[in-house]
Amino acid sequence: MTARKLLLLALTALAVVPAHAANPRPVDEETVHEVAAQLRCVVCQSLSVADSPSETANQMRGVIRERLAAGDSPAQVRDYFVEKYGPWILLAPPRRGFDLLVWTAPFVVLGIGFIVIVLVIRRWRRAPAPAASAPLAPAVRERIRREMEDLDR
Amino acid sequence: MKSRWVRLVIPAAVVPVLLLLAYGFWTNPREIPSPLLGKPAAAFALASFTGAPFNLEHYRGRVVMLNFWASWCRPACYEEAPTLERVWQAYKDKGVVVLGVDVQDSDEAARKFLAQFGHSFPNAPDPGGRVAIDYGVYGVPETFFIDRQGRVRFKQVGALTDDIARKQLDKLLAEKP
Repeated sequence: MTARKLLLLALTALAVVPAHAANPRPVDEETVHEVAAQLRCVVCQSLSVADSPSETANQMRGVIRERLAAGDSPAQVRDYFVEKYGPWILLAPPRRGFDLLVWTAPFVVLGIGFIVIVLVIRRWRRAPAPAASAPLAPAVRERIRREMEDLDR
Repeated sequence: MKSRWVRLVIPAAVVPVLLLLAYGFWTNPREIPSPLLGKPAAAFALASFTGAPFNLEHYRGRVVMLNFWASWCRPACYEEAPTLERVWQAYKDKGVVVLGVDVQDSDEAARKFLAQFGHSFPNAPDPGGRVAIDYGVYGVPETFFIDRQGRVRFKQVGALTDDIARKQLDKLLAEKP
């Protein structure tokens, strides 16, 4: 790492020092990760703020850390991001309103599929068994026997 | 009997899926309505490049055009840069202030950008991206129009044009103070 990069890192670290540094609380990095993992990285495709290496995600982790240090609960920090970006920022949609559909639809569809299978099986069992296949003509039987012998040889 | 059942069930399963897909393809995944519209604009206080005042409270009572930009944001920030200065020159005596927030940038590159376009309105770097996140910015450029009461009224995602800026500012200026 070059001196320039180190300096930049140090400056970034300084910049991220919370405004409420007067009364800092120890922040558990696992809690930061836990909150970040629930948030969508806004400049990525299908990545969470915890997983993205982008500068934007890095800054968001800084804000999460800062808010936790100021005494916010993980839920309050998450609500802050929802307030600013809308529910879109949450990787898992909330389990209420229209979004509830996303949570319930798979189980409903699974249930319908199960019912359909049960109905179809019942129908099959009610249907008469197919007639036994017609006996082979003696000529065909003889030909199969001969070809089997050829294979064994 | 059986064929009629199949003829009903297949469309019943396929049509909703097709409708859902059609809806998904018609909507723009990048067009996410800001939940901030109509809400009070978040306060901020930054140290500007020139020392000009850079906090929202200072400009209360004026219409604020708050632009988020970066020198690395090509081409959109370069396309809209002349517009920003033109709008500032045309509206600064009518009760409008243009403020530029520079995100994720180096001081050197940012100053070069400001000099290149002769931007004379207040601009400030946003260390840690706190102001950008407070405004729910997900990419530069984005421009927020804040009315005299300090409420966010319009958000432009992507390069700003003279037409859009003038339309929004004229609308907000026409409202009673």
